[in-house]
Amino acid sequence: MSDLHPTVAPGEFDAEHAVEAALEERRAHPPDSEYVLIALGLAVLTAIEVGLYYLKSNYTTIVVLLILMALKFSIVVGWFMHLRFDSPLLRRLFVGGLILAVSVYTVTLLMFGVFHF
Amino acid sequence: MADTLPAAHAHADAHHATSTGISNEKMAMWAFLASDCLLFGALISTYILYRHKAVAGPTPHSLYDIPFTSVSSFVLLMSSLSMALAVAAIQRGDERRLRVWLSTTALLGSVFIGGQIYEFTSFIRRGMTIKTNVTSGAFFVLTGFHGVHVTLGILMLLSLVSLSIRGKIPQAKAEVVEIAGLYWHFVDIVWIIIFTVIYLIP
Repeated sequence: MSDLHPTVAPGEFDAEHAVEAALEERRAHPPDSEYVLIALGLAVLTAIEVGLYYLKSNYTTIVVLLILMALKFSIVVGWFMHLRFDSPLLRRLFVGGLILAVSVYTVTLLMFGVFHF
Repeated sequence: MADTLPAAHAHADAHHATSTGISNEKMAMWAFLASDCLLFGALISTYILYRHKAVAGPTPHSLYDIPFTSVSSFVLLMSSLSMALAVAAIQRGDERRLRVWLSTTALLGSVFIGGQIYEFTSFIRRGMTIKTNVTSGAFFVLTGFHGVHVTLGILMLLSLVSLSIRGKIPQAKAEVVEIAGLYWHFVDIVWIIIFTVIYLIP
């Protein structure tokens, strides 16, 4: 614990650590307004996705839809689930499972000839 | 390990007597979510594999009501916002707002489930049941499994509201709400994938 609370002489104000701690605190516990902004962003991305659905479907539309999906996924996992600010161990655990799932099922679908290039 | 954590979380996790500094409950939830990726990955892949294999009856794609499902998706996304606000409230020690946001999340989740029941009923009335063809079977199993996850989440949220009313979730136990929140956000990200891959991509 001593490394988390470096010893400072009595009466001495450790400005560097105070600013760092305040920034970390804000990142770990963002204000409610930040969550509302994130949700608005997600709503806009969903609206764009639905708009794209009504456009003529082609490979470009599909790729854009998949990119938007990945973006929404990352925003929810990173900010709402706090994975961006949490322990790297948890990040590795979840991303490991995700990569395993995507790899296994991509290979499976490729074997069944689902994707036509 | 503690020195690899951001300072704020190191403070929060300092009381956990584990070698990782992370509570066993939180670690278990993340491990469960990582394994659930494999379950939903299997169900989504099965649907993709069978989406054009129907030989009889209507397919889900011919019956989708995209505007309706878009509204359902929006409702579920907003429930993630209210869940995040619930976690933030208890981390500040605001138990009243915790109950308000948890109840809002449960309500939005119930609206989503109501929408799913309406969609299923509408499909069945128009001749597509789980046994109609392989595509409809894969569709009902996938979305049904997701619906079960959401329903369990709603029960979890209502239990938390009940515990909070009895004063059993003080600020010191904020992690309980955070863990329930992780589960809730997970069902939301699964729906983000289902909505795009199953409904929007032809």
